[in-house]
Amino acid sequence: MSAGTLAAKRRRATLRTLAFMAPWLVGFAVFFAYPLISTVYFSFMHYDGFRPPEWTGGRNWVYVFEHYPLFWPALRNTLWLVVVMVSLRVVFGLGVGLLITKIKTATGVFRTLFYLPYLAPPVAATMAFAFLLNPGTGPVNSLLERAGLPAPGWFGDPGWSKPALTLLALWGIGDLMVIFMAALLDVPAEQYEAAQLDGASAWQRFRYVTLPAISPIVMFAVVTGVIQTMQYYTQPLVAGKVASGVIQGAGTQFEPGYPDKSTLTLPQLVYNLGFQRFDYGSACVVALVLFALSMAFTALLMRRRGGLIQAGD
Amino acid sequence: MTRRKASLQWIAVHSLGVAAALFFTLPFVFLVLTSLMSDSQALSRDLVPHTWEWGNYRKVFDTPGFLTWWRNTLLYAGLGTVLTVVSSLPVAYALAKFRFRGRKLSLMLVISMMMLPPQVVVIPMYLFWAKQLGLSGTLWPLILPMACGDAFSIFLLRQFLTTIPDEYLDAAKVDGCGELRTLLRVVLPMARPGIAAVALFQFFYAWNDYFGPQIYASENPGAWTLSYGLESFKGAHHTDWNLTMAATVLVMAPVILVFFLAQKAFVEGVTLTGVKG
Repeated sequence: MSAGTLAAKRRRATLRTLAFMAPWLVGFAVFFAYPLISTVYFSFMHYDGFRPPEWTGGRNWVYVFEHYPLFWPALRNTLWLVVVMVSLRVVFGLGVGLLITKIKTATGVFRTLFYLPYLAPPVAATMAFAFLLNPGTGPVNSLLERAGLPAPGWFGDPGWSKPALTLLALWGIGDLMVIFMAALLDVPAEQYEAAQLDGASAWQRFRYVTLPAISPIVMFAVVTGVIQTMQYYTQPLVAGKVASGVIQGAGTQFEPGYPDKSTLTLPQLVYNLGFQRFDYGSACVVALVLFALSMAFTALLMRRRGGLIQAGD
Repeated sequence: MTRRKASLQWIAVHSLGVAAALFFTLPFVFLVLTSLMSDSQALSRDLVPHTWEWGNYRKVFDTPGFLTWWRNTLLYAGLGTVLTVVSSLPVAYALAKFRFRGRKLSLMLVISMMMLPPQVVVIPMYLFWAKQLGLSGTLWPLILPMACGDAFSIFLLRQFLTTIPDEYLDAAKVDGCGELRTLLRVVLPMARPGIAAVALFQFFYAWNDYFGPQIYASENPGAWTLSYGLESFKGAHHTDWNLTMAATVLVMAPVILVFFLAQKAFVEGVTLTGVKG
């Protein structure tokens, strides 16, 4: 075979690859690379969408970090959610996964019932919980009062709004349950038998056999949970809107993070700055903070031999 | 002795199971019960309707806009899903089966795009669609990008396609098929479960999307989707929890119905996304 035909063959293969990759290459350029560069550019500009963008140096950055009243509350809320909601979800997901592996009667029915809430569309699920937990006529508080227990203000009370969101997140545990269930069933049965022969108690078997075997999956659940928390948007926003009673009324301005900024998250700030205040420059600063945080945790996910990349390679 | 212990354990496990089942199902039960109450009863603390007002559901359908939101949602979810599958499959095939420089890098970039919150790039994207193309007030800024492949779908399909043995592809090539013919004649039929899973996820994504319609369609109620329009229900009906809950049931029901019809494909997809290598 001559060198000429080999080169031609290689060129054909390259063209073929390009043709198959074409949709994504266009998507990568237009919907990822370009807007990302553009976001960096706008973060140094004053831009309101009407007058042409104007260079302001680091002023947007200083504004967001030092003067924008919603930035630090949103970051604190995110931290709260990472510490409380993510860890509770992992513990509860593992617990429910463990439970389902022990249930021997009507397993399929139990599994489906446990899984269904995960499928409820976020807006619908949040509306449902806003009703269930509403302090006035909600069934949960009715039952609590009938049982002689204190009835919290849930989404209407700054101290209870995040716990209420956590409850909603625990209700939709189906995704973690399935992942943990699969991991638990993969633990070799011989290891349990060996531990039992050695006289290990149920707790010791869990601690020294189960937990080490599924630790990569626990890690996977924690990191994806953190990434999801960075993006947590629809539930806190809808809950705040419904609780405040301000919904899409013409001319009414929704107080972000109602009640008392307790449901603010970073993505909501991009909306608030960009689409309510028309300060596109500062919105891009928050967007970049969000980007840096998401990518840092994604890098962690790819380095760990946990789930995603083990699968990706 | 051990038998007694075993049956005690059976009782403990299954009581816990029933308790958990109540936690997961009671919200649905209260939701449906409230949606069937009369207006005045929905304002009380009753848990069970005195009279079963099936007409509430009719009233929801008669609400101006509700049917339009259904149509818009089906357009966004349906057309979006078709575009996603058609554009993501060849990319996934190339990433799974072609050998080329930059393949690993491309895969890492796909995963990065998958993890990118939509809010990060929304400002330039909004300016692009609204100011340059004048498409705000429509769902096209959400549907058209799906013709350029979706990172999550590409990743999931790629995972599925790597499990197809190369021998099948080689056999097709010996028979004189080009890559495109191989993809359509050999790979496509074998990849059907993977495609079904991707289609389901994408359909649910569009059905549930709130941020997208909020950015691009909020100014025009004629372009709203169910997920976006639902909360305005609470606004329009103030304290009528019964009608709001009936609308909520109507937004949840199709997703749950689709799940039951396609449970197998769904479970397959879930195992593909995470743990399985």
